[in-house]
Amino acid sequence: MSHQPYRLASGGHIDRDHEIEFTFNGRLYRGHPGDTLASALLANGVHFVGRGFKYHRPRGIFAAGAEEPNALIQLGHGPRTEPNLRATQVALYDGLTATSQNVWPSLRFDLASVNQWVSRFLPAGFYYKTFMWPASQWMRYEHVIRKAAGLGKAPTDRDPDRYEKMHDHVDVLIVGGGPAGLAAALAAAATGARVMVTEAKAGFGGHICFDGAQQIDGQPAAEWVTAAVAKLQAMPEVTVLPRTTVTGYYDHNYITALERVTDHLGNTPTHLVRQRFWKIRAKQVVLATGAIERPLVFADNDRPGIMLASAVREYVNSYGVLPGRETVIFTNNDDAYRTALALDDAHARITAIVDLRAEADAVAGDLVAAARDRGIKTYFNHAIIAVSGHRRVTGCSIMELAEDGTTVTGPVTSLVADCIAMSGGWSPSVHLFSQSRGTLSWDDEQACFIPDVAHEATVSVGASAGDFSLAGALKNGLKGGMEAARASGAKGRQPAAPKVDPVTEMPLRAIWQVPTNAGKGKQFVDFQNDVTAADIRLAAQEGYLSVEHTKRYTTTGMGTDQGRTSNVNALAILANARDAHIPDVGTTTFRPPLEPVAIGAFAGRAVGGQFEPVRSTPMDPWHHANGATFEHVGQWMRAWYYPRGSETMREAVDRECVAARTGVGILDASTLGKIDVKGPDAAEFLNRIYTNGWLKLAVGRARYGLMLGEDGMVKDDGVTVRLAEDHFHMTTTTGGTAAVLDWLEEWSQTEWPDLQVYFTSVTEQWAVASICGPKARDLLAELSDDIDLSDAALPFMGVSTGTVAGLPARVFRISFTGELSFEINVPSRHGLALWTALMAAGEKYDITPYGTESMHVLRAEKGFIIVGQETDGSVTPGDLGMDWIVASKKADFVGKRSLARTDSLRADRKQLVGLLSTDPEVVLPEGAQVVADLKPAPPMTMLGHVTSSYYSANCGRSIAMALIAGGRARLGETVHLPLSDGNLTAVVTEPQFFDPKGERLNG
Amino acid sequence: MSAINRGVRALKNSAKRYSLAALARNAFNGHNQWTEAWRNAKPREAYDVVIIGGGGHGLATAYYLASVHGIRNIAVLEKGWIGGGNTGRNTTIIRSNYLWDESAALYEHALKLWEGLSQDLNFNLMFSQRGVLTLAHSEHEMKEMSRRVNAIRLNGIDSEVLNPMEIKALVPIIDINPGLRYPVMGGFLQKRGGTARHDAVAWGYARAADDFGVDIIQNCAVTAIRREGDQVTGVETNQGFIKAAKIGCVASGHSGVLAAMAGLRLPIESRPLQALVSEPIKPVIDTVVMSNAVHMYISQSDKGELVLGAGTDAYNSYAQRGSLPIIEHMLEAAVELYPIVSRVRVLRTWGGIVDTCPDASPIISKTSIKGLYFNCGWGTGGFKATPGSGHVFADLIARDTPNAIAAPFALSRFESGHLIDEHGAAGVAH
Repeated sequence: MSHQPYRLASGGHIDRDHEIEFTFNGRLYRGHPGDTLASALLANGVHFVGRGFKYHRPRGIFAAGAEEPNALIQLGHGPRTEPNLRATQVALYDGLTATSQNVWPSLRFDLASVNQWVSRFLPAGFYYKTFMWPASQWMRYEHVIRKAAGLGKAPTDRDPDRYEKMHDHVDVLIVGGGPAGLAAALAAAATGARVMVTEAKAGFGGHICFDGAQQIDGQPAAEWVTAAVAKLQAMPEVTVLPRTTVTGYYDHNYITALERVTDHLGNTPTHLVRQRFWKIRAKQVVLATGAIERPLVFADNDRPGIMLASAVREYVNSYGVLPGRETVIFTNNDDAYRTALALDDAHARITAIVDLRAEADAVAGDLVAAARDRGIKTYFNHAIIAVSGHRRVTGCSIMELAEDGTTVTGPVTSLVADCIAMSGGWSPSVHLFSQSRGTLSWDDEQACFIPDVAHEATVSVGASAGDFSLAGALKNGLKGGMEAARASGAKGRQPAAPKVDPVTEMPLRAIWQVPTNAGKGKQFVDFQNDVTAADIRLAAQEGYLSVEHTKRYTTTGMGTDQGRTSNVNALAILANARDAHIPDVGTTTFRPPLEPVAIGAFAGRAVGGQFEPVRSTPMDPWHHANGATFEHVGQWMRAWYYPRGSETMREAVDRECVAARTGVGILDASTLGKIDVKGPDAAEFLNRIYTNGWLKLAVGRARYGLMLGEDGMVKDDGVTVRLAEDHFHMTTTTGGTAAVLDWLEEWSQTEWPDLQVYFTSVTEQWAVASICGPKARDLLAELSDDIDLSDAALPFMGVSTGTVAGLPARVFRISFTGELSFEINVPSRHGLALWTALMAAGEKYDITPYGTESMHVLRAEKGFIIVGQETDGSVTPGDLGMDWIVASKKADFVGKRSLARTDSLRADRKQLVGLLSTDPEVVLPEGAQVVADLKPAPPMTMLGHVTSSYYSANCGRSIAMALIAGGRARLGETVHLPLSDGNLTAVVTEPQFFDPKGERLNG
Repeated sequence: MSAINRGVRALKNSAKRYSLAALARNAFNGHNQWTEAWRNAKPREAYDVVIIGGGGHGLATAYYLASVHGIRNIAVLEKGWIGGGNTGRNTTIIRSNYLWDESAALYEHALKLWEGLSQDLNFNLMFSQRGVLTLAHSEHEMKEMSRRVNAIRLNGIDSEVLNPMEIKALVPIIDINPGLRYPVMGGFLQKRGGTARHDAVAWGYARAADDFGVDIIQNCAVTAIRREGDQVTGVETNQGFIKAAKIGCVASGHSGVLAAMAGLRLPIESRPLQALVSEPIKPVIDTVVMSNAVHMYISQSDKGELVLGAGTDAYNSYAQRGSLPIIEHMLEAAVELYPIVSRVRVLRTWGGIVDTCPDASPIISKTSIKGLYFNCGWGTGGFKATPGSGHVFADLIARDTPNAIAAPFALSRFESGHLIDEHGAAGVAH
């Protein structure tokens, strides 16, 4: 183990009192709390950390923040391992382990690095031109390609961590805690507005923390930041969220943000969630998201040791780390001179500054003058034409630029360098602004896109608005924060802008592709996806002219960094290749999330047992206690059958079905959808929604209704009860209830707003026990002395209100089995008590609970349909033989017009029929297709399919229903059911198998 | 189903043809011989056929008009950049395992064209028959699956039923724990189904059509459809008037807008459909897997990204963006079925606009205006149909009569009521 050879003796925000250990690619290193993995690696002299995606060339740490394209690592191992993390964003903790990814067998000796020697065969889009011969081999080629692709590895275990959703409403959301964001927050907060300020990094202040010795209001900038944050944190209406990245900007100022709660701790304390996913509705948004430095596009600009100039500065000033002992600075602007000054302050050697600008265009700048005063050698009007070194840069060659800047001339000068700090200018971080549908405009002088017209209530300030000076950021930050607060309804006066010394900076010189005469070096634009300037020019040459085509053809900007450092360079080179102006080439669309977000964070707590709540009835405990087997029905778990002893499902269902017709059976029907329909026009509304008539239904009576879609197809069914003139209790299918409620609301709100009627879901308010069978009335009589159960007082389709087992109840005499049957509705809280009372009183009648399977069999014996089983959205009432329920004389009802269409009247429509298997012991499989002419092999013309099929103990044989083309004309015909494992035959019958005349309804 | 007329092969003897020799030649001269994949054409005064919409379906239509029907005087007008609509926004799933006979015929027609399409077009579309697996999570879904599998099989299309253990063997990252909220009870696999590289489909058709002389005109927005009496005469565009006696509208997401220009109303609602990709990871899933109860579908691209989709947003919109809850539900479902993806990170989400008919089946049709044809309403699943759609639409335009595959998808079905309701039948909304 070494000490940290590149750690400076002083400086930075790290905790020098503590040293912590970590491993990278199996080797042990040391760093300090406050380091990132990247800064700690650099402190140990490690630049070479990964390889390129395509050519597998060595790659080093390139940046110091979210824009890092190269240093993607696999963090940890086991269930908490995470692929593709940027070393620049990983906080160092004791015991951290990380490895390079997508290299084999090792980072130094990576087999796939042969790709760089055959790269001439692998230009942009080469895969569209090859791997086609022979045609049959693509799947093999693809197998190899897939193995080579991908970056890191997903964990192989379940995620042990938890994620949480947070919701908030604020007056002003400020995104970014740099100088502009803090100024905006101070101004907005001073008005008393409810303010939230987010900062992606652990610390606030942005660039001013490492830009050098700047003063704000006479105090060091860092102290001003500390004071500002402390002031904000002390204000009750202000929420300050560090380590929080705003990731999505949706319509109506709906913002998502990811707060990393424990990632920096290494060991997740069990009481904490790993990440919080914030969903924020903001009246006003202030975007203070800063800017991203652009690399320069020169030959072999991807060698480890070549970094963004601001990143070099940040490592020196924020982490006390020297990225190189001999640095060359390559720039087209003044800002990189700050890096020179920072290195000089740290007593690091600067080989030279290579400036693309002519001396006359740069010399008037304060920073350039300061560098000159310190005697730093500067080559103006020069360009790096070649780089030496493979796994680490060792030096570079420079030449003078010819007059127009497109070629180089004169002698070659060689410079020694183990680090090249480059700066191609700055691009405002307009990603969120663009996500919010704001438009951008091109700022020619600063060579960058800046926010133009906002679509949401949002304002950009500071560098993200193209205002790169500290003075401007503070001033416009205050102004933006104040305006946002006022726009949100707050009042107050804008604080005075803090005083800072102005810095004179000269304009940059945009040379998007640095000329070279040195031949073959690759000039990388998108470092992560290995896209070069030549690739972009090739795309243009091949006619992929739209920026979207270029992007997709070359994959530039499509890496995990979404082209943070590459987009503008790519665009400019494409514009040059097309001989067009940059703004005319356009930009690609930025889409959420701004930075990659764990799938688990989006899922939040809705995983495992909370993925989707299980709905269960009040009687559920009894079913469980009495050995019921359950089945999924929509969101419900329903009692399926109640096996006794060693009974099979078939034996249990046979027993239950017989009991329901000979004694008394009891079914938990609580899951049926229930909708309370109320209002003076309730009857009229139902009259339009259902196919049959509802206006004359008497109070205290029930009626079965069928609902159609506008296409005339059966949508739902159920019994609805009239409780009062203006009050109905509608029941729907278990699975269809939410859709029916939506349906009613849609018609009420959009088509018939003149009707006064209101709908309330009461599914969960009522528990329902349905008792049926010849002894049902005797049983009910034992438990109710205030309801007259006689045929006269409570006829079929009658309704009574009273008490059952001392519980307030509505009793509907309706039947889904064809037996004498009562549905007893009680408030949900009494459901279990009702059930228990019925079971106790029913003991002497040998009451038999039956589940959904027997319910299906019993109704099928009677030929009653189940919507969703006998119907599939293509079935009319006529197809089901239910013309009797369609009131053709009614002026209108939903779907009426469609029933008159030619196709609805075809005689060969699929019609519901019964099917009796030739072998009565064989139960035809549901879903079997029916054919008239059996062929030895497919294709065969299908007539329809088996919709329901059971063994019926009451009939003593199997029974089935089917939808068959022209089915009613086929009664008596024999049809075939070809299955994958053999064929069955059956005879077409009427779809009623038991008590066809319906004589048992009265017990 | 008789043999398909795949037409004359494009670029057969062209110097532009991609071959190993061409690749080698270019490798040694700096790739300076590669020419434009398609010309950046400017509109001429008149064409035999104008196709409005330079997506996969429109470009395929132009290609088959040229290669099968010998009609070469064609312009494809694209408002933005070709393939920029749903062709470039979908999750690239291809399958033909539909329930209804009409749908099965159409999508199987497409699938057969997919097989060999890279060779037809001399462009590697990366059509990958990695299999499409549809899961069932309840007794009810198992029975529905049985119905579909029987129908698919009897239509002569491949389909096999898998039990949970077989599913686990095929998709090792899936959770088949029976205690799951919606346990994996079974599934059916179409081995011939899979994915393709979506952008390449647009580019491949464009390049091949261009080779036949088709003009592909980008940044050309149609502003009006001109007619004399009940016959179309051409289109007004931002690049001027273009004369044509036959106009094929293939502008997914905006079909209703185009129809309105011709004074027609289509039974279409346009809604956002979202999708997302994760960061690239090493391969974890080779099959395309779809689920209805745990609503989402997933595959992994050749680049390593997990590609996920689910249902549409509930509201109508022309903005190519959707709402967050759809993404959240999709990812909850992803973690539920594939617990290891929890720490994999979402890279990019996006939305497209899908035109959806009341029966969730497309419109391939003549209209009441002579020479005006529509191909639209593909809803959430149009990508898989691209070659078949273009093939039958070209046939309709060339012959002015729908063939047997296209006929059921005529607009007249909304008058007759002969709907092909894939809402109720297809289950999974894709």
